[in-house]
Amino acid sequence: MSPGILGKKIGMTQMFRADGQAVPVTLLKAGPCMVVQRKTPTADGYDAVQLGLVEFIKPQRINKPTTGHLKKAGAEGSRFMREFPLRPGDDDLKPGDKVLVDQFKPKDIVDVIGISKGKGFAGVVKRHHFRGGEGTHGSMFHRAPGSIGASSFPSRVVPGMRMGGHMGNERVTVRNLEIIEVDTEDNVLVVKGAVPGPNGGYVVVRRAKR
Amino acid sequence: MQNALLTKFTLKNKRTDLPTFRPGDTLRVHVKIKEGDKERLQAFEGTLIARNNTGLGESITVRKVSFGQGVERIFPVHAKVIDHIDVVRTGRVRRAKLYYLRALKGKAARLRERE
Repeated sequence: MSPGILGKKIGMTQMFRADGQAVPVTLLKAGPCMVVQRKTPTADGYDAVQLGLVEFIKPQRINKPTTGHLKKAGAEGSRFMREFPLRPGDDDLKPGDKVLVDQFKPKDIVDVIGISKGKGFAGVVKRHHFRGGEGTHGSMFHRAPGSIGASSFPSRVVPGMRMGGHMGNERVTVRNLEIIEVDTEDNVLVVKGAVPGPNGGYVVVRRAKR
Repeated sequence: MQNALLTKFTLKNKRTDLPTFRPGDTLRVHVKIKEGDKERLQAFEGTLIARNNTGLGESITVRKVSFGQGVERIFPVHAKVIDHIDVVRTGRVRRAKLYYLRALKGKAARLRERE
């Protein structure tokens, strides 16, 4: 059993379960992946595999150190590589081994990690779900944050105060998504629910931690 | 443009047993209804006034006038609760959304048959 797989988000749609229930689903193009490096307790101090998503990439787009790194494992082009810590019960994967979607089956529970869509500089209503004020009726308070603290004591703003700022474009993990369908022919994973990032964005699918 | 794999997934999961119908057609939609552990079919007959969305989330709005009261039901086309759909009558219309029918009643709300 592989600890996870790498993929790309295709897009969302919906489908119906056998009992007629409608399920929102995200399609992921998962794999084929290749084990690029094996980290061992003796050599690296911890047990992990580094997977690379195998896809077409012009050789001149990969820098020389990465080319050598991939060559060691006998892997072709890969622009997306991530490590998975190995847990007891996982397969002993060797460099050059393939990891495909057939590792997963329907009803498996996975976590999906991606980079969320960037929202730029966002105000406090959008970023932290503040309620804001009335739009009309003489209200002069619309989307401002309001008070951010007391006066002469403590004479400063407490750390962690929620304010406007850059939102999105950060690593987001969505836990415990159910796998609905596995298409081994096209390497497609069908996962219940939403997944961070734009269509075409890279995602890490790992077996649920809890 | 939609991803080819998404299109393929849609085509695989789409229902193929339904007849082709267009806005303006009179449809008879047979819906599965669960009562306790028994299942029966209930029919809803009316004019198709809108088709919304494409792909697996497609839905249709069917309108009928029942005892002088307009009734509209929205059905998910590809859902399993729809047993089958009969096209009772075709209608010739010039737009995709027939919301103007809501304001009309009686003779004015009739539609000409499509050739």
